[in-house]
Amino acid sequence: MRLQWMSKTLGVITLAGSLALSAQAEDPIRIGAVAPKTGPLAGGAAVTYWPNVQLWSTQVNDAGGLLLPDGLRRPVEIIEYDDRTDPSETIRAVQRLANNDDADLIIPPYGTGMALAAAPIFDRLGYPMLNVTAITDQTDALTDRYDGVFFTLGATTPIAQGIAKLAADMKADGELGNRLALVNVADAFGIELAKAAKTVFEDEGFNIVYETSYPPTIQDVSPIINSAMDAEPDLFVAFSYPPDTFALTEQAQVAGLDEQVDLFYTAVANAFPAYRNRFGDSINGVYGVGGVNPVNPDFVAYREAHIEVTGQEPDYWASAVMYASLQVMQQAVAEVGLDHDAIIDYVKNNTFDTVMGDWDFVDQQIENYWTVGQWQGGQFYGLGSTQGMDGEAEPID
Amino acid sequence: MQILITGILLGGVYAIIAVGLSLQYGVARIMNLALGEMLVAGAFAAFWFATAQALNPYWALLVVVPGGFIANWLIYQFLLRPLVRRAKNRGQLEVDSILATFGLSFTLVGIFLWIFGGQFFNYSFLSVPVELFDSRYGQNRVLAFAMAVLICGALWIWLNHTRSGLALRAISVDPKAASLVAIDVEKTSAFAFALGGAVAATGGLVLSTFLTFDASIGIVFTLKALIIVIMGGVGDIRGAVVAALVLGITETLVARLIDPGLTLAAAYVLFLLILLFRPQGLFGRSQS
Repeated sequence: MRLQWMSKTLGVITLAGSLALSAQAEDPIRIGAVAPKTGPLAGGAAVTYWPNVQLWSTQVNDAGGLLLPDGLRRPVEIIEYDDRTDPSETIRAVQRLANNDDADLIIPPYGTGMALAAAPIFDRLGYPMLNVTAITDQTDALTDRYDGVFFTLGATTPIAQGIAKLAADMKADGELGNRLALVNVADAFGIELAKAAKTVFEDEGFNIVYETSYPPTIQDVSPIINSAMDAEPDLFVAFSYPPDTFALTEQAQVAGLDEQVDLFYTAVANAFPAYRNRFGDSINGVYGVGGVNPVNPDFVAYREAHIEVTGQEPDYWASAVMYASLQVMQQAVAEVGLDHDAIIDYVKNNTFDTVMGDWDFVDQQIENYWTVGQWQGGQFYGLGSTQGMDGEAEPID
Repeated sequence: MQILITGILLGGVYAIIAVGLSLQYGVARIMNLALGEMLVAGAFAAFWFATAQALNPYWALLVVVPGGFIANWLIYQFLLRPLVRRAKNRGQLEVDSILATFGLSFTLVGIFLWIFGGQFFNYSFLSVPVELFDSRYGQNRVLAFAMAVLICGALWIWLNHTRSGLALRAISVDPKAASLVAIDVEKTSAFAFALGGAVAATGGLVLSTFLTFDASIGIVFTLKALIIVIMGGVGDIRGAVVAALVLGITETLVARLIDPGLTLAAAYVLFLLILLFRPQGLFGRSQS
């Protein structure tokens, strides 16, 4: 629980770093941040979004401020808005940041729905938009239409293919049967992923023995687990959201489904430290969406700084990407200053040194990203990526 | 068999909450739409005991029961009694209390959000299997059901076999006549309302042992309790318990055999059928 956020949950809070105060007459660079602090996605944002904003701004201000092309540093001031997980609030907050708060830059919102809703507004106001937690198959269409919109975490189909291809490889090696139980949360994210995954699974010769969707507000998942068990699957794949990721895992353990299947997969929140803290060693071998290379020195250093500044661990998927997107912004500003068109142009045409390795945007998108990972000995290892990330681990039983 | 047991385990927890509402609505005549928030408060208390104190969450009972009782008693005294006094008839009291408690529920959700934030809360408690009739169930659920049996059983015995219980039942049948036989209707109503709130908070504690919850989940359970109480017959513990079990089994049946997305629809269909064919509820007496 993030108690230190208590006082910030209502309204607008400005986070001025300690150095910002001592920097006398220097005008701070005003950076807006819009994401849920309440509502269904607040739990996810509290893990992936807000701590990175805090970490990055603290580090920048500790270093004397954000470096500009003239060699001077100006402190950053973060202006935070809670969009209550409501896209119309997101849009209002972005407009307010641009028009009333005179934000120099705006960190894109958290969550696919909110990001997609805000993309036209970012475009109209001319702000660069370095999206992280926005996963959709419309990235090509969106980057065609909007010049300053970038995507970093991936698109739906490749992410769905990550688990499907991994399972197909295991099947080809004779390690896995072909009976698949496929469930998803009935929400844009879950439906899109399940649809994309189903096609791949069918092409790879899997026999779908149980398939269902469930509402995001589901209270009792035991009927789903029991029905899945009756279908005697060899693998269980759930495109789930945080509350049901926990519930499905717990119920699978209680009912014994996790012992019955050779592959158990859940989606969002699987790569959260809270998942490991809740289930301990019992999730060793559980598969999930995303991944990192947890032994990469850059990631280890990032993780330690994250814990030191925010008091909590980063997650094993989007957290580091979120931080990398802020590094891109920082490096672009250092070269071209705060002019929006110049930043957009620079991001399109240059390579960035980030915690995720070297980043090159192709058609405003990062094309190499983690798709599937697995818990191994208390850490979540990336197993598969779109174009071969460094440090892909081997799955364990 | 598996469906039946899963349904009964679920229904048992529904029963706790519904019995809470039944006391508040049946006896104190307050349709309390903020009941779900009492439940969330109980869940947060259990969460705090389980995580911050690393204790068995059932220790939270020591706080939740008296705390829920006192909080609801205060709510009744200061927020609802003026409405009771002003109301000329039962209909007006119902409308007024629905509006007042609806507002109260928003206020409480706002307070929870402010204190705890909007994220999801859960903790692990007894999520180990126990085998019943060749199937495995979570021990936390079986224990929750045992709590439900205990609470509903104790209330039923108290209501039907003691003098003070008799007074409550008398008020639920006819408050005017009850006052004629030297029952202090106002005091007893306040007591019933407070007791109902304490029961609901206990239900929240029990739920939190196996359910991931957040600050705004209360309304879901308020609606479930409402359906159950109307189905069972207003002011009848027995009816609420039976209706809760019927709802639990129906939801599980639909989720297992048709589609998990239709559980809510099934609950409302059941509700509609009862309203159409037995508007007084399963055990209610028809009001002629």
